[in-house]
Amino acid sequence: MLNPVAPGFALEKSDEESILRLTGDWTVATLHTIEHEIAALTLAPGVRIDVSGLGRLDTAGAFLIDRLLRAAGSWPPRLIGEHPSATSLLEQVHAGPDPVAAVPAKSFGVIDLLERIGRGTVDLLSELVATLAFLGETVATILRLAAQPWKLRWTSIVSVMEEAGLNAMPIVAFLSFFVGMVVAYIGATTLSDFDLEIYTVELIGYSMLREFGVVLTGIVLAGRTNSSFTAQIGTMKMRQEIDAMQTLGLKPMEVIVAPRVLAMLVMTPILAFVATLAGIAGGVVVGWTSLDISPGLFIERLRTSVPLDQFWVGMAKAPVFGLVVALIACRQGLLTGGSVQSLGHRTTTSVVQAIFAIIVLDALFAIFYMELGI
Amino acid sequence: MTAEPIIRIRDLKVAFGPAVVLEHLDLDIPRGEVIGVIGPSGCGKSVLLRAITGLKTPESGSIEVFGQQLETLRRDERTAIERRWGIMFQDGALFSNLTVRENVMVPLKEHTKLSPALMRDLADMKIRLAGLNASAGDKYPSDLSGGMRKRAALARALALDPELLFLDEPTAGLDPITAAAFDALLRSLQRALGLTVFLVTHDVDTLHATCDRIVVLGEKHVLAVGTIPELRQVDHPWIQEYFSGPRGRAAAPVIEQEA
Repeated sequence: MLNPVAPGFALEKSDEESILRLTGDWTVATLHTIEHEIAALTLAPGVRIDVSGLGRLDTAGAFLIDRLLRAAGSWPPRLIGEHPSATSLLEQVHAGPDPVAAVPAKSFGVIDLLERIGRGTVDLLSELVATLAFLGETVATILRLAAQPWKLRWTSIVSVMEEAGLNAMPIVAFLSFFVGMVVAYIGATTLSDFDLEIYTVELIGYSMLREFGVVLTGIVLAGRTNSSFTAQIGTMKMRQEIDAMQTLGLKPMEVIVAPRVLAMLVMTPILAFVATLAGIAGGVVVGWTSLDISPGLFIERLRTSVPLDQFWVGMAKAPVFGLVVALIACRQGLLTGGSVQSLGHRTTTSVVQAIFAIIVLDALFAIFYMELGI
Repeated sequence: MTAEPIIRIRDLKVAFGPAVVLEHLDLDIPRGEVIGVIGPSGCGKSVLLRAITGLKTPESGSIEVFGQQLETLRRDERTAIERRWGIMFQDGALFSNLTVRENVMVPLKEHTKLSPALMRDLADMKIRLAGLNASAGDKYPSDLSGGMRKRAALARALALDPELLFLDEPTAGLDPITAAAFDALLRSLQRALGLTVFLVTHDVDTLHATCDRIVVLGEKHVLAVGTIPELRQVDHPWIQEYFSGPRGRAAAPVIEQEA
């Protein structure tokens, strides 16, 4: 391609008529040099355009010439000289003015702030109600499926169990193991001031069985499983796969939501159990290496001084967390709209809501158990 | 118009793992022509388009666009080539988080130094040129119908006034009247701007209405190149079936009227 020649123009005015002489290349790549001069230019009606010196012209150049002519109210254009494409291009871009409404400016005043806060609060409440409604719908679907177990999608359930459950096991175990070590170290340093290092066993036992095992599992699942479920379902929604399912007589609640919820109901307690074991193992390692509590002694003391109730207290929370994670993930996935932005927004919301729900539920469980006196 | 072809392909081989899609493919596309690329489904039409535009690296062979080989170019030289072509993908491939107007403005923002106001005006002009209402500019791609999305994609492909336009199935899924309008639009734009168009299509009517010459792909290479009357003489079962089958015959009177 030849190097572009800088565009230019000259307006010649005489008494009878004015002539606009164009020179150089008027293309989208060169026009920025004279854009402002052109904007400042006003032509008299009946102006003639000399295109004999004009180089290359494209629709951007033609658009600017057309705009000048439109402003001057002189159409059709009166051209002087020959140009291979000027006439056809001008006709091509000239389709009558089509004014576009100006974009209303966004305001950021105090009233808008209050409005946003109000909206946020109402959204929060309606979100809670809608999630509970979704819970009801899911429970109804699962009960219906329980009456007809041959309708369950077993392949799908097992696949989710592997992907979201088994594959999450290493990360859950690692995380819990290290948290167990940290708790043991903190306990040991504090308790050694009173020569009560041996109580590290109780500390690890209670905290891991009751809280950390299951809460850590919940949080890892909220990050790992929620994002993947929401992204999967959201993409299916965007590509109209969900619509296709419905027209084929498949119910998204049965095909998409139920297998995921059931798989998580089964897998979360297993993951929480593994996490608890890994956490205790972390405590054992610290006890053995820095507190001279042998693994045998550790386990023995754990069995005598930490009641089995504590294990069940923790494990009872696991299916609830699994349910919450799967429900929120599926609901947000199904709410995805048509754009990429909405998919990102829904995935974020899904993870945030799940983590929030797990922490809040855990606190509610704590109050509940306290009232029960466990 | 120079005699130098705008695209020159020699001994191209494209494969996905063990599956060879194109092999020993030679093709010259002269400047200023509308070239229709046809062939049975799955014969590698879209793959050829992706290979030419550098989205799929060929196994072997050479592709020259504007007389330059893409693989050997530096980054900035390659960008300079890329702004000289426009591509319209099969299902539009509009950016779904941007409005139609913003979609059309993306190449303008990236490659020109025009003021934002002028970019907006130019984008609106392209949107109108592609046959959409100016009000469509504020809509998001998910709010548009399939035909409107194709027009918006065409507007984006035309944003920089490219010399070379790649269209992948531009009229598929459009009603015949809209498709005919699209063909007319394409032809008039091509004449006014002196475009070279690489048009992948299944639509016999589009071929008759817009194409100067037609390339038939099949059996992993180019089966035949020529005008429609020339191709009718080619003795190949698929080509014969294509132009003499019920759809091919139905479209035939169109050129006889025009001729």
